[in-house]
Amino acid sequence: MIKKIFFNLVFFNFLLTERTLAAESGGMPQLNPEFWVSQVFWLIISFGVLYTILSKLILPKISANLDSRKSQISDNIEAADKQRKESETKLKEYDQIISKSKIEAKNIFNEARDKALKDINSKKEVLDQQIDEEIKKAEEEIYQLRKKAPTKINKIAIETSSELIQKLIGTEINNSSISAIVDDLLKKEGEKYYGN
Amino acid sequence: MAANPMTQFEVYRIGPEIKVGAFDISFTNASLFMVVSSLAILLIFNLGSKKNSLIPNKVQLLAELSYAFISKMIGDTAGTKARPYFALIFSLFMFVLFCNMFGMIPYTFTVTSHIIVTFMLAAFIFVGVTIIGFIKHGFGYLKLFVPSGVPGILLPLIVVIEVISYLSRPISLSVRLFANMMAGHTMMKVFGGFVVSLGIVGGWLPLSFSVALTGLEILVAFLQAYVFAILTCIYLNDALNLHH
Repeated sequence: MIKKIFFNLVFFNFLLTERTLAAESGGMPQLNPEFWVSQVFWLIISFGVLYTILSKLILPKISANLDSRKSQISDNIEAADKQRKESETKLKEYDQIISKSKIEAKNIFNEARDKALKDINSKKEVLDQQIDEEIKKAEEEIYQLRKKAPTKINKIAIETSSELIQKLIGTEINNSSISAIVDDLLKKEGEKYYGN
Repeated sequence: MAANPMTQFEVYRIGPEIKVGAFDISFTNASLFMVVSSLAILLIFNLGSKKNSLIPNKVQLLAELSYAFISKMIGDTAGTKARPYFALIFSLFMFVLFCNMFGMIPYTFTVTSHIIVTFMLAAFIFVGVTIIGFIKHGFGYLKLFVPSGVPGILLPLIVVIEVISYLSRPISLSVRLFANMMAGHTMMKVFGGFVVSLGIVGGWLPLSFSVALTGLEILVAFLQAYVFAILTCIYLNDALNLHH
């Protein structure tokens, strides 16, 4: 609607000025052929120069710039991709190394533990044997001592009794008679003290 | 200040009169803005392509985005075969765009508001596309006028319509651009005149329209350049890939 009014106004104005200034300017200057040749000539000159310079000098440069940027960007992306892949493989390697070393560490630990246990066991065995031997020896000694003990005690008893008798009575008594008494006593009472 | 909104389209001589034979090729205000537009394009794109930094600066970004924009447009409409014509379409788009945009600056001259300029460009495209079509397909290019799958009775009529539509291409292409630019600039001038004539009291409404129109015209300036370039691509597509 507004557009229509605009056009009506323009057209009206155009007609009006056309009528009033017809004598002065002769209607549309576009239809005046006076400068047509000049316009065509200068159009050819300016557009020709523009086209020549644009197509020969400027547009190839812009195209080259765009291409070089494109290739640079794609190169960078490629390099980044490559590095990413590399780092991924490195990471994998690293993981492998870590897991491998973990297993190794476990193995070493196990081995060390086994070895230590074995060592302890063998040492313990040796020690046990030694202890057993010592115990046996000691037992033997004790047994021997015990075996010898009654005869020794007999001897001591005989000697002390002979000395006592000598001191008390002042006469020497035959040792054999004392020993006979002691033996007799031992036989009677010995069971009480040295019974096995 | 001229009240006539058409005076802005008047061409006048700048400097001496130059004549070659019977033809007047004097340097005019139209010539000036053609040269200025071309030089501006060359300056911007030269700056934009000089340094090749990985992270582009503003001018370089502008140049490269324009390049990608036109490249995509050609690829979408005309395919990969149109690659050799990239520079031509790029120059055409930029030339039309810059002429349109320079016309938006007050007191400048709009080169593309002259039918002779747009018609020359369109005729050049038309002739060029037709030559390319005949070189690529020989007389087989005439198959363009015979669409497949049309019943035999309708065929003569369709061929006539196709031929007329083909021949009217340069006219429609040139008149579209010329009429858009002229109408837009005339309208802006008219509303500007209203602001002056209605004065401080009533001038605010046309002034606000003027502001809105300026924005619209900048859009139209870009859009018409785009339409001009994309239609060139479509015509080129017809000539390169003959499937109708």
